[in-house]
Amino acid sequence: MRTEAKVLLSLGVFFGAMSVVYWNWGHENAGGVMMFAGMLLCFLPGGYYYWWSRRMRARPEDDPNATQAQGAGVVGAFPGTSIWPFTLGMGAFFVVLALVFGIWFLVPGLGLVVWALFGGTAEGRRGGTQ
Amino acid sequence: MSKVFHVEPPALSPQGVSDRSRRWRRVRRIVALPVAALALAGCTVPTFGAAPGATTSSRSTYHLWQGFSIGAVIVGGLTLVLILWAVFAYRRKSDRIPKQSQYHIPLEMTYTIIPILIVLGLFAATMVVENKEVANPKTTVTINVNAFQWGWKFTYPGQNVVVVGQTTQDPIMVMPVDTNVHINLTSSDVIHGFYVHAFNFSRYALPGVLNQFTLRAVNTGTYDGQCTQLCGLYHSLMVFRVKVVSQSQYTAWLTGNANVSAALAAQAATKQQTSSIVPTKPAKSEGNN
Amino acid sequence: MTDVLDPPVVAAHGDHDDEHEEHHGPTGILKWMTTTDHKVIGMSYTVTAVIMMVIGGALAEIIRAQLTTPNNSLVSFAQFNELFTMHGSVMIYLFVGPFAFGALANIIVPIQIGAPDMAFPRLNALSYWLYLTGSITMLSGFFVAGGAANFGWVAYAPLSNSINTPGAGADLWIGGLLLTGFSAIFTGVNLCATIFYLRAPGMTMFRMPIFTWNLLVTAILILLAFPVLTAGLIMLYCDRHFGTHIFTVPGGGVPVLWQHIFWFWGHPEVYILALPFFGMVTEIIAVFSRKPVFGYKGMVFATLSIGALSLGVWAHHMFTTGVVLLPFFSIMSLLIAVPTGIKMFNWIGTMWRGEVWFSTAMLMAVGFLITFLIGGLTGIYLASPPLDFFTHDTYFVVAHFHSIVMALVMGAMGGLYYWGPKITGYLLNETIGKIQFWFLFIGTQVFTLPMYLLGLRGMPRRIPVYPLHPSWQFLNQLSTVGAVLVGVSTVAFMVNIVYSWKKYPAGDNPWDGHTLEWFTTSPPPHHNFYRLPQIRSERPTWDYNHPGHTAAEHGHHADHHPEHHDEVPVV
Repeated sequence: MRTEAKVLLSLGVFFGAMSVVYWNWGHENAGGVMMFAGMLLCFLPGGYYYWWSRRMRARPEDDPNATQAQGAGVVGAFPGTSIWPFTLGMGAFFVVLALVFGIWFLVPGLGLVVWALFGGTAEGRRGGTQ
Repeated sequence: MSKVFHVEPPALSPQGVSDRSRRWRRVRRIVALPVAALALAGCTVPTFGAAPGATTSSRSTYHLWQGFSIGAVIVGGLTLVLILWAVFAYRRKSDRIPKQSQYHIPLEMTYTIIPILIVLGLFAATMVVENKEVANPKTTVTINVNAFQWGWKFTYPGQNVVVVGQTTQDPIMVMPVDTNVHINLTSSDVIHGFYVHAFNFSRYALPGVLNQFTLRAVNTGTYDGQCTQLCGLYHSLMVFRVKVVSQSQYTAWLTGNANVSAALAAQAATKQQTSSIVPTKPAKSEGNN
Repeated sequence: MTDVLDPPVVAAHGDHDDEHEEHHGPTGILKWMTTTDHKVIGMSYTVTAVIMMVIGGALAEIIRAQLTTPNNSLVSFAQFNELFTMHGSVMIYLFVGPFAFGALANIIVPIQIGAPDMAFPRLNALSYWLYLTGSITMLSGFFVAGGAANFGWVAYAPLSNSINTPGAGADLWIGGLLLTGFSAIFTGVNLCATIFYLRAPGMTMFRMPIFTWNLLVTAILILLAFPVLTAGLIMLYCDRHFGTHIFTVPGGGVPVLWQHIFWFWGHPEVYILALPFFGMVTEIIAVFSRKPVFGYKGMVFATLSIGALSLGVWAHHMFTTGVVLLPFFSIMSLLIAVPTGIKMFNWIGTMWRGEVWFSTAMLMAVGFLITFLIGGLTGIYLASPPLDFFTHDTYFVVAHFHSIVMALVMGAMGGLYYWGPKITGYLLNETIGKIQFWFLFIGTQVFTLPMYLLGLRGMPRRIPVYPLHPSWQFLNQLSTVGAVLVGVSTVAFMVNIVYSWKKYPAGDNPWDGHTLEWFTTSPPPHHNFYRLPQIRSERPTWDYNHPGHTAAEHGHHADHHPEHHDEVPVV
């Protein structure tokens, strides 16, 4: 995990340096804030990976001499077919149409969104299909 | 059992790539630069599509353009030659697997460091021209340029002259030659672009912002201008002209064209797009002096 | 001994056999609506994006037809403003972007790193539905009173406020972008998580294919930039409908703030568009030169540099506003040329002393190199404020970015010809492909090169007529001819798809590819791999197939440990 951490942290350091230079030279609020926020966005996962990489067991994908046998076993949870992404997508669509055509679109919109959030969470807890 | 198709590589050619061509390529690269420099010194530098223009800053911008273009031709030409060379000289001649070179640190350092140096040089040249352009020399003439949907209004503060025109009325901004002219650029509504091709220059007219710059024309003449920033329906017709005249002609034009007020001029302009208040010859005055 | 192993096991509560699933799962349209398989989602993205390309292209042909004479009345002024706004919007937001990070990336990145799927398959599916509905939303602007959005694809304030652009078309444009924006953000999350967590054993970060590296940097850029656009769009919507004054002067707002927010997203966006195609071209050139990528670490460093620098150059789109720090943005923009040049020379170095063979994919890659060279060089001019002052908002800029995006389109076509067989199991016809290439390449130069001259002669952009400058007509007509040639190449592509439908079975590895995706079947099975080879370099399939050619005197990879060279690959 160390390479991932280094990639994110070095990007963050670069954005930090850039925002300091830009802020002092240009005194422009919007750009300075946005660049500084970019630095924070990189430091958040980057810092976490850095902290964690020093405490975790070596993963097979970080080991240049790993064999495929070391990767045997469960990799992750991969829910199979699911109606909830479609439902949530349609809900978001109607919510956006509400912005354009009138607030009453929020009824199907938020309805579908909430239904999908509940359904999708329940499906995740159930384990879904293969 | 289904047939599996393979894409056949092109037919083999009997000859391979000789070592001689490799040496010739190296020699050619070393020789190319001084030859180009000599050739350039001997003849005039091509325009590369731009023109010197009518102001002092348009001239220096033009020379910067030429400098960048020489660099682009050299770098682009070299790179194009390398691409075409690789495409033709190393095209597949057999089924052999070539040497699997993966890196060459000195070469990679070279084509990292040299572009950095080129870029720093381009930046230095840019700063020289840019500092001249954004400098604030003492100016003797001031013109307020106001952009609106879809025309231009030129006000000469303290002189009581206003020139205004919409779209194809094509208002003319008169200014004196060999004089530092200060422009105050504003917009009444949306963003417009004040662009004069012969000045190699454009600047946005931003609502709520006063943009200021200096122009010093060195050639008399009439030059086309146009709005370049999308501003709505008649953006394409928002044209104007800049007429650079001698200083005496400018003074005469000012006295001959003192308007009563901007309001009157604007009124007449918005009434019908038939007659224009733009004076083409001096000595046409509107209202009392 | 090269060792292969059964694929990583996916977790499920209870044990589901793959074969049972095929009988019990949904079928037909319901199967498509409920899929979370990254390959199916990626195909959906590809088909949708190509449809968007055709729509955007049709809009372009109308624009070019209008501009063939100085005072044409093929379309009205109002319609023309809608045409170029939607042409740019459809091409950038709905075609190139989603194609770059949603289509081929979705399909190829997991297989390139040995993963069974993306890290969040349902989120992946949601990304597609948001993209589809967002596209429909934006395009439905054409069918409302007042027409589609007409303020340019950049929607500068105050032109885009409710006084200057009332009407639902603009709001549909904003709404469509909110949906596609979230689609992109979720894809960015998915790509990062997949690349960080689902690589196969032995696939260290520095053994990932360059395409995957480029998608990683693209994903990080998406996460950095797209939320900024989304925020800006919400602000614009509030100004339009909730009486706020963020971008309007009466009330204390600052119009140029929109430009800062928009371009802070907008410049990383063009690298989000470009980096995936850089990756595609890298893969294609290596395979069709039968050599490894030259300067792998340099490529990774260059990609990271481009990503980092891209966040600091946005105001080079605003040089003529007069209110930005010119020297800062100038030097940062000039510096981006350096890593781009490194990539260019690495691509040439990959071909150098190789055995280069020109399938359609490789032709497209070479076309990309030449066209991108032109576009990249002209971009350097624009990084210099004095030179930008007289080229900004003229056809010079239009030509510059069209050179770039047409190069990206060539990369996209190369990617489709290269990976199409892996995804579908069938090759495309090479003769028709070469016809497509030549029309695309020549057509691109014929339509862009006159535009550079037009811009230098003073022709502004976004104008439907140029009555005062009849001398511009010839170059405009030339450009229109070029656009027609490009249209012909698109038709050739469609013809090829129909003609080659299920005609040429491809096999696992028709191109002798290097990376992990070529180790599995075409198309890959459910969860992608029956077997995985040992991974000891960035070219696991090449190492497996050509054990005697894994290292070279000139470059010995730090991660690479020479294996036994006398092994026979296991069939």
